[in-house]
Amino acid sequence: MDLHEASNPGHTLSRGRVAMWSLIVAESAIFLIFVAAYIFYLGKSLTGPTPDQVLTVPVISTICLLSSSFTIHWATHALKQGALGMFKLAWLITLALGAIFLAGTAREWRDLIYVKGFTIGTNLAGTTYYSLVGLHASHVGVGLVALTTVMIAAALGKVRQEHAERCEVLALYWHFVDVVWVVVFTVVYGLGR
Amino acid sequence: MASESISLPVPRESSRSVVLDWLFTVDHKKIGLMYIVYALLFLVVMGIEAMFMRIQLSRPDNSFLSAETFNRLFTMHGTTGVFFVAMPILVGFGNYFVPLMIGARDMAFPRLNAFSFWITAFAGFLLYASFLAGGPLRQVGSAPDVGWFAYAPLTATAFSAGHSTDFWTLSILIAGIGSIGGAINMIATVLCLRCPGMTLNRMPLFAWMNLVMGGLILVTISPLTAAQIMLMIDRYLSGHFFDPSAGGSAVLWMHFFWIFGHPEVYVLIIPSFAFISEIIPVFSRKAIFGYPAMVAATTSIGFVSLGVWAHHMYTVGMPSYGNAFFVFTTMLVAVPTGIKIFNWMATIWGGKVRFATPMLFCIGFLFQFLMAGLTGIMLADAPFDWQLGNSYFVVAHFHYVIVGGILFSIFAAFYYWYPKMTGRMLSEKLGKWHFWIFVIGFHLTFDTMHAPGLLGMPRRIYTYPADRGWGAWNLVSTVGAFVQAIGTLIFVFNMIYSYFKGPLAGNDPWDAWTLEWSTTSPPPEYNFAVEPSVRSRRPLWDIKHPQDPDWKYE
Repeated sequence: MDLHEASNPGHTLSRGRVAMWSLIVAESAIFLIFVAAYIFYLGKSLTGPTPDQVLTVPVISTICLLSSSFTIHWATHALKQGALGMFKLAWLITLALGAIFLAGTAREWRDLIYVKGFTIGTNLAGTTYYSLVGLHASHVGVGLVALTTVMIAAALGKVRQEHAERCEVLALYWHFVDVVWVVVFTVVYGLGR
Repeated sequence: MASESISLPVPRESSRSVVLDWLFTVDHKKIGLMYIVYALLFLVVMGIEAMFMRIQLSRPDNSFLSAETFNRLFTMHGTTGVFFVAMPILVGFGNYFVPLMIGARDMAFPRLNAFSFWITAFAGFLLYASFLAGGPLRQVGSAPDVGWFAYAPLTATAFSAGHSTDFWTLSILIAGIGSIGGAINMIATVLCLRCPGMTLNRMPLFAWMNLVMGGLILVTISPLTAAQIMLMIDRYLSGHFFDPSAGGSAVLWMHFFWIFGHPEVYVLIIPSFAFISEIIPVFSRKAIFGYPAMVAATTSIGFVSLGVWAHHMYTVGMPSYGNAFFVFTTMLVAVPTGIKIFNWMATIWGGKVRFATPMLFCIGFLFQFLMAGLTGIMLADAPFDWQLGNSYFVVAHFHYVIVGGILFSIFAAFYYWYPKMTGRMLSEKLGKWHFWIFVIGFHLTFDTMHAPGLLGMPRRIYTYPADRGWGAWNLVSTVGAFVQAIGTLIFVFNMIYSYFKGPLAGNDPWDAWTLEWSTTSPPPEYNFAVEPSVRSRRPLWDIKHPQDPDWKYE
């Protein structure tokens, strides 16, 4: 007799997780193309300025975004334990750290555009820089909208222990956005300068 | 199973509530049908575009169409065919039958499913809206004319004024979102919603191949989406990605496009394999030969297909090791594909073959797909491709794949599953007329089309001088196109006629073995009254033959 006969083979996997991992694969392919274009066009601009003349390393933003991965893990862990207060606190900190990152990008762009005159149309460096960093920033933005939605639901008392799974799926996306930043940071501010 | 159905008097629904029901449905069967009907609509549209082009090419120095119109027609024909006929029709069948075959109630995310369909549908209509709104005001009515692969810098604002190219870019970007949503849904459905006993090893090959298709969509449509975003940045934000005057590279667009474009062929052919792998066993009265080899071949085709894209670019010029790499990887695809063809033939071998219409189309598929593969191997050779790249030989080759392979498998799928979807059989008599007329038309058009290619006729020219010796070949191709159109009209008539007058199908008209045949035709909204439980790859065989079930041997 077959041992697996009565087992329900699919039910060990969470469809939310499978879907999020699938989305991450698709998004990774999009980022891969943008990163490839960035690396391909390094040093191929016909006119200045070059990235090392205009770009400054966003240290504080990076620290904030990377630490938000830890705080969101802390939050979902707390929710699984049923510690709702702790969950709300950690979630709020995650939200704040993400917002600081996005504000940092906004300030950096403002400085580049209005002070240094480096825009998306300036040269290839500008085109690839704003596209890649902008693509990542838009993903942070989408993440922030999702985090805020959960935060509002939590403030209204709608998030309970049984929603831990869903929050973990969202956290998966947030971790992905963080990992992409590590790649973008390495390529743009490391390799590219 | 085979429960007696009790028909209760159902109050007649108003036409308004029927329309609203379809608009707001999240049922995978209704969404699947909408995908299929939508794709058939565009199949007719792209067919009409092809007929116009064939009339123009039927004799030398013809002036039936202007060069500009011809450019628009081949762009719309190609774009429509790939994104708004082949993709939605294959996704539609997957949507309808994968949940039924794995014994599920619906797809994993029914609302995402509806979203994916409607956004894909919107994209198709957006593309065609360009006919009305694409040009700048002084030349209203300009559809995209940059070709379906839209090479840079033709798409730059300097060479594509107006908005026709924007319609093309946006509609493909939006269709891509729908495809990715559908793929995520398919993967989650197959991995998470299988009924008790339905291990991966017992899943119908149809579900396996749709799973691989889903995975492939994730990694192929995304690069296209990325490239379209770049093109829009170039056109709207004065970026320089594909702008040679600022150091940008036109060849980079080719790479990005074909990183999508070649695996896309496998996104289309793998669900075709899925149809063939379900139909051939049922009409040969044998279980599929080499199930594990089929699964392995499908997944390896998926992986190998990601590394072959630059065989579309031999004529652009590459270093010799680049050529060697892509020649080798492209040839490698022939190995798992060959395994599949041998497995299908081994399934037929020694079987008690029933030559019903679905099987006829499958046999047509086997021959024609093999031929398409052989010309594919010829074109995979870089030196051969330097001679014939961008000629009508290439056009003949990929139409052999898409019409002779994919479209034949789609016809087979219609004849096989139409009874399940509507509750009525398609007419076998009309089906056989459709098959034979279409086979003759297909070979008239596309066998002869290789010849002008070998004689040097480039693709995408709107006319040609009389002294080249291409005229007779082109005339035969055009005649064949009309024969195919007649065949298709018979098919359309058959579908409409049989919907009202066809003989009732019952649950299981073909004496088949997969779970979709255990429920009523058409299936109820909940699919199965009792969740099925399976013990082998052919659950219905087990039920029909309790004295000799498959699970004793598997």
